[in-house]
Amino acid sequence: MTLLIESLSWVLLVAGSLMLVVGAVGLHRLPEFFTRTHAGSLTDTGGAGLILTGLMLQAGPNLIAVKLALILLFLWFTSPTASHVLAQSALRDGIKPEAEDETS
Amino acid sequence: MFTTALVAILIAMSLALARALLGPTVYDRILAINAFGTKTVLFIAVLGFFNGRPEFLDIALVYALINFVGTVAVLRFMHYPAEIFQSDNDGGGS
Repeated sequence: MTLLIESLSWVLLVAGSLMLVVGAVGLHRLPEFFTRTHAGSLTDTGGAGLILTGLMLQAGPNLIAVKLALILLFLWFTSPTASHVLAQSALRDGIKPEAEDETS
Repeated sequence: MFTTALVAILIAMSLALARALLGPTVYDRILAINAFGTKTVLFIAVLGFFNGRPEFLDIALVYALINFVGTVAVLRFMHYPAEIFQSDNDGGGS
């Protein structure tokens, strides 16, 4: 049983760190700002979710898992809000998404 | 197991920092710093488990709170710079 939990948390941790690296690479490869918000928030919600659930499995059902769940819930609520505020103030500041310029 | 997660988080953090330095617009920098802060939260949490000291999770939780407040504060400052400096008497606009 413990082997199952260990391997499951290992898989979650590796998947979460993979998601983090993919998000960070996305920050570089995506062409302009608004597409990069996707990469940025991808790491916040996806990577954090996988890594923190992996840690929760490690910790077992005690106070530590509750703290991890609190961090996870907080991140899942606030990082989309931060991305929204970011994109809105960028739009209001006059940065136009590329798609609107090209008429193709 | 934790070392792979730590190394991956460090790589992602350095990439986010590189984007913060390169970012053409100022909003790229804010986005990169926000992503960097979230990665720091994860780094602290995994480091806590790596050293076998679960008290680190409180630090990670506080860091997540401060990171969010900092990002929103910078964005509000970006949007109303003039009003904050001009109106010294009533302590800043909306």
